Amino acid sequence: MNFAPFINGSYGVTTLFLIGIGILTYRRYRRATQRLKAVETRPAAPR
Amino acid sequence: MTETALTAEPPKRAGAWLHHYANPGRFLRLAKPALPWLAAFSILITAVGLVWGYAFAPADWEQGNAARIMYVHVPAAWVAMAAYAALAVCSFFSIIWRHPLADLAAEEIGPVGAGFTFVCLVSGSLWGKPMWGAYWVWDARLTSVLVLFFLYLGHIALIRAFDNPQHGYRAAAILALVGAVNLPIIVFSVQWWNTLHQGNTISFSGGSKIYITMLYPLLIASLGFYLCFITLVVTRLCAAIMERRTGALLLAVAERGSFDSVAERGSFDSAAERDA
Repeated sequence: MNFAPFINGSYGVTTLFLIGIGILTYRRYRRATQRLKAVETRPAAPR
Repeated sequence: MTETALTAEPPKRAGAWLHHYANPGRFLRLAKPALPWLAAFSILITAVGLVWGYAFAPADWEQGNAARIMYVHVPAAWVAMAAYAALAVCSFFSIIWRHPLADLAAEEIGPVGAGFTFVCLVSGSLWGKPMWGAYWVWDARLTSVLVLFFLYLGHIALIRAFDNPQHGYRAAAILALVGAVNLPIIVFSVQWWNTLHQGNTISFSGGSKIYITMLYPLLIASLGFYLCFITLVVTRLCAAIMERRTGALLLAVAERGSFDSVAERGSFDSAAERDA
């Protein structure tokens, strides 16, 4: 029996999951950092 | 009252260090510098473990190359169970001490743990087809892991199901604690019932039934998966804390009219430290 599709499939799913969740998490982290920085460094409104 | 009693320091609370580090601002200051290192080690060790298992580990004498699926399936299963244990511990801290960091951690662990459980189920199915002739059987081990996946999904849904987030955190924490009973069922299912799934191969008390050339890549891949899980959760937790800090600052501006009032009130860190 040719096991290759099953082996490649399981490694493929795992690699895609790890890379996908890694990219999504990094993007969320970078966006949160940028937004916080923008809010904290925003100049005070004139009174 | 004696002089000694007046000058003595107040007794420290049990687990004071835990309460000290449960502060979101303090956690953020500690975790952010460690993140690049954690990410680098996670990627390196996971890559070494997966490539070793895929290309260099020997084929099994009985299962042939299909046994290579073990190097992704077993680490994913271990992380899925460890993640749920971490979720239950965070829920316990949330219910007993109401640490805001425990609620946030539970919220961020859920989706990551569900992902690892999904990988475990899919890779197990892809191993089952050539070995058992079926992608799925209602075996005790498989079914209990499927229940774990549904518990994760329930936790993710419940935590977002209420208008008041505190109600969601409380309900999800109770679900996580009740669901923890599933963990020993998963572990001992292969002993309690006659299962198609094979029994425990690795024993930390000696008597492992796996050859050393297959054990090393398995342990390295497992370490890599654990590190990936920790890195993902810590990164998501840092992002969640920063998102709440941004929200708190914007809310303060909306309520008081300018950023000056936020500065007068004090930073988010000091406010969080006061709350803690």
